[in-house]
Amino acid sequence: MTGSETPRGASVVVIGGGVTGLSAAWWLARDGVDVLVLDKGIVGWEASGRNGGGCSHYQSPLFAEEQRLWPMMDELLGYPTEHQSHKIIFGVTQKQVDYYKYIAATIRSHGAQVDDLTGDDIRRLVPLAGPNALGGLYAHTGGQANPQRTVQAYAWALQDHGGRILQHTPVIGFERIGGAVTGVVTPRGVIGCDHVLVAAGPQGGQLMSLLDVAMPMAPARAEMVVTEPCEIMPLRAVDGNGLYGRQTARGNLAYGGGPHEWMDAVEPDGPKARPTTPLVRNLAARVAGLFPKAAHLRVIRSWAGVIETTPDGRPILDRLKDPGNVTVATMSGVGFGLSPASGHALRDLIMDGTCSFADISKLGLDRFAGLEPDWRQRKGWFTEASKEFNEHAALAG
Amino acid sequence: MSADGNLPNDRFSQVGRHPAPQVRYDLVVVGAGEAGVRAATEAATAGRSVLLVDEHPLDPGLIGLDVPYLFGGRATAAVQTPSRLMEQVFAARPALEAAVEAGVELELGVSCWGLYVNGPNLQTLASPVIGLADLEKAWLVGFDEAIIASGARDLVLGFPGWDQPGVVGARGFSSLVDLYDAFAGRRIVILGTGALAIETAEKARARGLEVLALVEAHDVAQGDPARLAALGVPVLPQTVPVKAKGGIDGVEQLTLRSLADGSEQTLACDTVVMALGLVPQIELLDAAGARIVRQAEHGGFVPQVDAEGRTSLTGVRAVGEVTGIEDGDTAYGLGWMQALMAATADDTMICQCEDVTRADLLDLRPPRYLGEPSVQMRRQSLTRLAEDGPVNQDQIKRLTRACMGPCQARRCREQTAMAMAIGTGTALETIPLAGYRAPVRPLPLKVIGETAESPELTNNWDVWFGIPDQWIPYPAIGTDEEPDHWAYIAATKYL
Repeated sequence: MTGSETPRGASVVVIGGGVTGLSAAWWLARDGVDVLVLDKGIVGWEASGRNGGGCSHYQSPLFAEEQRLWPMMDELLGYPTEHQSHKIIFGVTQKQVDYYKYIAATIRSHGAQVDDLTGDDIRRLVPLAGPNALGGLYAHTGGQANPQRTVQAYAWALQDHGGRILQHTPVIGFERIGGAVTGVVTPRGVIGCDHVLVAAGPQGGQLMSLLDVAMPMAPARAEMVVTEPCEIMPLRAVDGNGLYGRQTARGNLAYGGGPHEWMDAVEPDGPKARPTTPLVRNLAARVAGLFPKAAHLRVIRSWAGVIETTPDGRPILDRLKDPGNVTVATMSGVGFGLSPASGHALRDLIMDGTCSFADISKLGLDRFAGLEPDWRQRKGWFTEASKEFNEHAALAG
Repeated sequence: MSADGNLPNDRFSQVGRHPAPQVRYDLVVVGAGEAGVRAATEAATAGRSVLLVDEHPLDPGLIGLDVPYLFGGRATAAVQTPSRLMEQVFAARPALEAAVEAGVELELGVSCWGLYVNGPNLQTLASPVIGLADLEKAWLVGFDEAIIASGARDLVLGFPGWDQPGVVGARGFSSLVDLYDAFAGRRIVILGTGALAIETAEKARARGLEVLALVEAHDVAQGDPARLAALGVPVLPQTVPVKAKGGIDGVEQLTLRSLADGSEQTLACDTVVMALGLVPQIELLDAAGARIVRQAEHGGFVPQVDAEGRTSLTGVRAVGEVTGIEDGDTAYGLGWMQALMAATADDTMICQCEDVTRADLLDLRPPRYLGEPSVQMRRQSLTRLAEDGPVNQDQIKRLTRACMGPCQARRCREQTAMAMAIGTGTALETIPLAGYRAPVRPLPLKVIGETAESPELTNNWDVWFGIPDQWIPYPAIGTDEEPDHWAYIAATKYL
């Protein structure tokens, strides 16, 4: 699909080939809906393919569906996701252990089994743990998957069902007739549609402003480190010590956590750069603190991803009243693991107007109706230098 | 607003959290090759405080990983004790003595793994720093100016059997011979006939090594005919290696095939030296966000520099081979790769660390530890993916794992890009640079890790963004229970 002619329209156009948009498009394509995904660059390129891979979102109304779907995803998609069920979280300080008990209680509130772990339990279950392991939890839910493999799996699977993907096709405007969006404007022409799903990550707010809809979000950069592979642990979904992450199926330890940097804005064609910082040293020390028996492993890379966060840090999953054929989605920086369920919810919103399997009414856009225009500054979710730098860069050309 | 009139700051952000460098210099020079020593000596003579670091003698573990050069398992046991090689490395570079006399502070056996300067999407550093490490520890050094003289590494292209000891790069060979006096081979075959290959052959002859042949995939020998003739060694144009066979110590013989008539000959050798090109070592600059451009005639990707070597990063210059290889046309290596792909089977290894063959790459086959691919997976291929838009090496490496291993893609980066271009019938220029990542030297967690976490960092460390609302259980949102959850999380979560 690299021709110069304007691409054919679709019943549903999905703006954003991240994990949320791809999953929604896959759910729609499975139902025989004519769906087209547009991405500014390559599918799954941003935070959807650069994250911890966790599938354990006990705070979310989508948790039950997340847990129901993940064990089936390889088969449903037809491609490997490297999903592994169950999860261990453990602490090396008493403060951590106390907080992890709160997490255990939240998971139990869903009716799921969670075992408390002693230090000895942890050393038995986690070969890389050391004498400093104090206590934690073993959840018989949750788990982890490979983000990079999973985003491509969604993309291929939706194509297998007749859906289409156009990469390197940013959306720069909307065409409207009356109260409805009739097409999205791209450098390759106007692409007609009956319904639009905006699932564009950090670019979502700017896109929605073109429709005079406020979708508040702040972009930020967060970092992870990756070691060389080592022997595979029986359960690879292990984190704690203030870190999130996993051991990959290959055996690498991939962990993140700690400070992030707020960004002024993200360019329509994506972030200019995703640098990491010397804080990689603190991340490395935290990984070695969690896994003392892995301290000899070499760090072979670090990476950063750019994610968007809403003012309360919670997702927005909403079908708008005006324009009535627009649905918006952001998972507020925690979207990978929930993607099987968020895609299902979005399919329901688009096709049926309501989510069939969970109450998601508290995730509507209207909760931000009274938000102050300078909410980012008020929260300190802002870097003055970043704004100045971007303005200077824009002037410089 | 806070009392001082400034905007409030998110205590979980990176603002104010970056540790201060332990020491600072007017100038830090990375790489004690010719260009680096010259820059350091000039600055010290002008009265500036100068730190010059060079990673040689290397961590023996890195030599085993072919970082930064393709050492190919042909180093003697001498490299196992770097401390004993310190004087050897110092003596091998006579200009170092003058540099030290001029006042340069010299640190050998110290690698540079990161360069951090404020730029796009990084604005929180209080000052620019460079990350250094020796065998035991890592530290940060502040600077007014940095000069990156990181040189060039070997262009590595695979043929059947290259993934065993005895297949060495020209830079790996010359450093083992000149810098370490620790080359373990005796009888060598050289791939290539250009200036780099001739230099390699001359060095080997001067060293008393036996050079059996210079092999050239292209139609004619590339280098100065007089120098080639003076070697008195067979030069074999239109010829490619099709099999290196060996035993426990690696290569014992190399089979060559004539592309003209298909005839084969086998040479008994213990080392094959790839002298097919050099690749500018831009990893520090690329990972730091410097503007990188493609200069096909000078070895490929190089930092964009002005006449004084200034990169797009404030206060960072680049000098020497990292800015481009003289006589470094990438078309030469690409021609070799085309010949190798035409003459050898697709099960030839392309990525040693991750066990990926050329066929795996072209079929987008998931790694073997995931078991047999599904029916759907078997229908996918690089060519089919290319129908969705230009293929990108960073995307392909995540799917196939080629270039994802501990050698940080030094053995496979260029040949993967070439195989992708050749396999999809597109120009090499359409394949974007696969991004480099810090640390640009693979360092153990216990070496790179900052164990002295500051109390400010510990007290303001959150697993994610430090937003209590984000973690309140959904049923509690909007109920009387919400404030209690909020208060508990805010008081307890930061770990």
